[in-house]
Amino acid sequence: MIPELGHFALILALSLALVLSIFPMIGSLNNTPGWIALARPAALGQFFFIAIAFGCLVSSFLTDDFSVAYVAQNGNTLLPDVYKVSAVWGAHEGSLLLWVFILSGWTVAVSMLARHLPAVVLARVLSVMGMVSIGFLSFLLFTSNPFARVFPVPLQGGDLNPLLQDPGLAIHPPMLYMGYVGMSVAFSFAIAALIGGRLDAAWARWSRPWTTVAWMFLTIGITLGSWWAYNELGWGGWWFWDPVENASFMPWLAATALIHSLAVTEKRGAFKRWTVLLALLAFSLSLLGTFLVRSGVLTSVHAFATDPARGLFILIFLCIVIGGSLSLYAARAPSVSSGGRFDAFSRETLLLGNNLLLVIITAFVLLGTLAPLIYDALGWGKISVGFPWFNRMFVIFTPFLVVLMGMGPLTRWKHQDPGDLARQLRVALLISLGGGILGSLPILHKGSIWAGLAVMLSLWIVCSLAISLRQRLRYRKGLAGLWQDLGTKGSGSYYGMVVAHFGVAVFIIGVTFVMQYNVEKDIRLSPGQSTELAGYTLRFDGVQGRQGPNYHADRGTVHVLKDDREIAVLHPEKRVYTVQTKPMTESGIDVGFTRDIYVSLGEGLGNGDWSMRLYYKPFVRWIWFGGLLIAIGGLLAASDRRYRIAVRDQLSALGNDGLIANGGS
Amino acid sequence: MARYLRYMVPLAIFALLVAFLYRGLSLDPKLVPSPLVGKPIPKFTLTRLDNPAASISDADFRGKVTLLNVWATWCVSCRQEHETLVQLAKTGQVDIYGLNYKDNREDARQWLTRYGNPYVANAFDSDGRVGIDWGVYGAPETFIIDREGIIRHKHIGPLTIEIINDEILPLVAKLKS
Amino acid sequence: MTPKRRKRLILIALMVAGVGIAIAVALKAFNENLMFFYTPTAVAGGEAPAGHLIRVGGLVTKGSVKRQSDGLTVTFDITDYAETIKVQYTGILPDLFREGQGIVARGRLQKGNLFVAEEVLAKHDEKYMPPEVADALKTAKKNGAVGAATGGETP
Repeated sequence: MIPELGHFALILALSLALVLSIFPMIGSLNNTPGWIALARPAALGQFFFIAIAFGCLVSSFLTDDFSVAYVAQNGNTLLPDVYKVSAVWGAHEGSLLLWVFILSGWTVAVSMLARHLPAVVLARVLSVMGMVSIGFLSFLLFTSNPFARVFPVPLQGGDLNPLLQDPGLAIHPPMLYMGYVGMSVAFSFAIAALIGGRLDAAWARWSRPWTTVAWMFLTIGITLGSWWAYNELGWGGWWFWDPVENASFMPWLAATALIHSLAVTEKRGAFKRWTVLLALLAFSLSLLGTFLVRSGVLTSVHAFATDPARGLFILIFLCIVIGGSLSLYAARAPSVSSGGRFDAFSRETLLLGNNLLLVIITAFVLLGTLAPLIYDALGWGKISVGFPWFNRMFVIFTPFLVVLMGMGPLTRWKHQDPGDLARQLRVALLISLGGGILGSLPILHKGSIWAGLAVMLSLWIVCSLAISLRQRLRYRKGLAGLWQDLGTKGSGSYYGMVVAHFGVAVFIIGVTFVMQYNVEKDIRLSPGQSTELAGYTLRFDGVQGRQGPNYHADRGTVHVLKDDREIAVLHPEKRVYTVQTKPMTESGIDVGFTRDIYVSLGEGLGNGDWSMRLYYKPFVRWIWFGGLLIAIGGLLAASDRRYRIAVRDQLSALGNDGLIANGGS
Repeated sequence: MARYLRYMVPLAIFALLVAFLYRGLSLDPKLVPSPLVGKPIPKFTLTRLDNPAASISDADFRGKVTLLNVWATWCVSCRQEHETLVQLAKTGQVDIYGLNYKDNREDARQWLTRYGNPYVANAFDSDGRVGIDWGVYGAPETFIIDREGIIRHKHIGPLTIEIINDEILPLVAKLKS
Repeated sequence: MTPKRRKRLILIALMVAGVGIAIAVALKAFNENLMFFYTPTAVAGGEAPAGHLIRVGGLVTKGSVKRQSDGLTVTFDITDYAETIKVQYTGILPDLFREGQGIVARGRLQKGNLFVAEEVLAKHDEKYMPPEVADALKTAKKNGAVGAATGGETP
């Protein structure tokens, strides 16, 4: 009964999505207020029904309704309740339902919170979002129905993949989808602007907070995914340049370029065509990622169940959405007027450089991800692109980006005297170079150029931020001054930038130090035996069996000592889940601010001996801490007071542009 | 005109990308119709699952319309389609043979005892060699074979009531007439 | 040309040059980092380059997995039913590694056709065979190399 209700709700949602796509759009072109006014109720109705459908699926899982095929494949009576809920999005059909649920949520949010937009524009934006909804709802209903019944009813479910039975992975897809789907808002704004033929600073101001929030979620989602991989996969790795990971990283890169480009368009009215293209690109990459992951075109350790028939559907959908939007762009962009002029040396130029670098990196990630497919399609052999290449490519371009990051906040709009900038950054340069040299020397660890480079780049960012802060708070002294400044308009953006860029600096240190200085040891140990790892002593005290709620585990005990003082006891496990019988490794990790000690069980070798892998991972937490800071920066930026003012006169937005000293972004 | 061309570049790049992606989809073996359809079944001889001393071969497939179902105990989807197969076997409309693929003999036998046995006979293909001949990539897969031993259809993935009613039974009826 | 224009042009030229060099370096590294996949038949036939980082894949032959005394080094054979090659790996094998499964190994070919693996990948799903391996098996069949159990009919 309930699954049928859910199914029916989806059908109703589809019809509302059709209403949402057609009437407001046509109404906006003919200026029919009645049709335009249909947008919000249609959006609300769509959300309502999809929410019902989602609720039905959750209920089916919680009640172990194995007559529903999807529940039979992914659920299990022994599965803890919290994972029964996360199993809803654990496989293809359910995750699509989550996608479309989040999309309908964003649509409602835009319809409610963007009321200050001209009705015609808002109608178009919501229509386009409705069109995307149609695509996904159709995909669900025609090829991937989560409510399909299975008969006869199995007595027990197939269980959720043990790898997914982890809190990190429970929230990772929702966060990621909030990001992917959120990009559709920027996309819709861009399409609406292209249709209306009006691309100006106001459009950028409307788009910006939505894009920043979506970008923030994407950052959180990717960071969580990396953190999860480290904790769950047992190999101490946190990024593999796997096609599925790349599928989430590319939209992030494009979105990062977009939020910076939007700044220019909002402040100076420049880069309009480029920003619009980026907005189209970011969402296109989201959709492309969805295709790559679900179509079976690329092999990956964590792609969804591959089904080329579904892949074809998504490909056609891609053609319609991306092809359509790019055609619209090709038709309309030439008639968009050029924006504010700027000199060769100005903040605009630096941001242009930022965009250029990010786009190049995105292109290279795309190349590396698709190369196996391209080579195979052309008959050039079956290849795979090595992980080291991605790293090397990333490391080639990032320093340029970081150099710009240090200069940008201190550079004026429209025109900056290079000499003046150099003078301001003198101290930063000295400290960075000094720190870089120190960092590469074998003082605390063995010497490494890369570590030195990382320290130099991070210090460059941090010093530049400090100089910028000092200048901004020139007239407001002390903490009281800071508190006052936080309340002003534009401070959200500024402090968001500060925190996010600081996060990048932290991230760089984390990544470089863990890659340069990590120690990995594969060893065979007998119970009672100790071994040395990067100055720590690890004593293995044997393995015992243990029963979990839906698994059986071999649980090892490893004592970690430093200078004869015990600092941690780790319990790495090798689990075999009752239903899927796939062995799974749960690592034992001693978490630290400056380092992790990580132990992973291998196999029992007889006599109580076990093979195991030991890792010393310095600064690895800084990677996710940096990611978190970047996300917080995004949150701060999006919550800038100037976006919260309800009634706006879009024309006055242009009047507020002009020369703004450092501190605005 | 040149000005307009510049803005068509992204579209052109996308078109090229779509071409590769489409080609990529068609490279997947599941999308391409099985090359074995329309060809005679491969010659083989394997031991029977229930009796290692007895054997089953391609000759057993001549003279009647049959189904060959590739399955294993480690395959979760096989478990799901199993009841459907048992139901189909009860109707008696077609003989179902099994190819127990890369499995453990004891486990497979116990499985059938526990969950029901829809198969006329099961061939035990422990290392999957015979499966390779049949073009099997994984389990479950089901083949429809006609009286002359020609493969007429291959279904990849678990069988459901709909698939049985829409795909399998009509073809079986046609082959029988 | 006005001085402003010239300054702008020089700046653009510098940017383009810098970026161009970076792109060239990245592309060159790309080519060097492509890892080609070779089947056991290809390796046995001498098609695979020795010493280079490559990938090989096949089905792990039953009964071939041998553990060395240090507990961490293991050797096993992989086959595409036409040819078989020996693989050596020191380290902890992935959870899903087992005999009869399709695996892909990344490493270098040493003299005597011993493949020393730096990484062994087994897919996360028992019924999933790496496409390269499946393809390799299909090709080997097509080229007529057949075992005694199967008989002649090639698809």
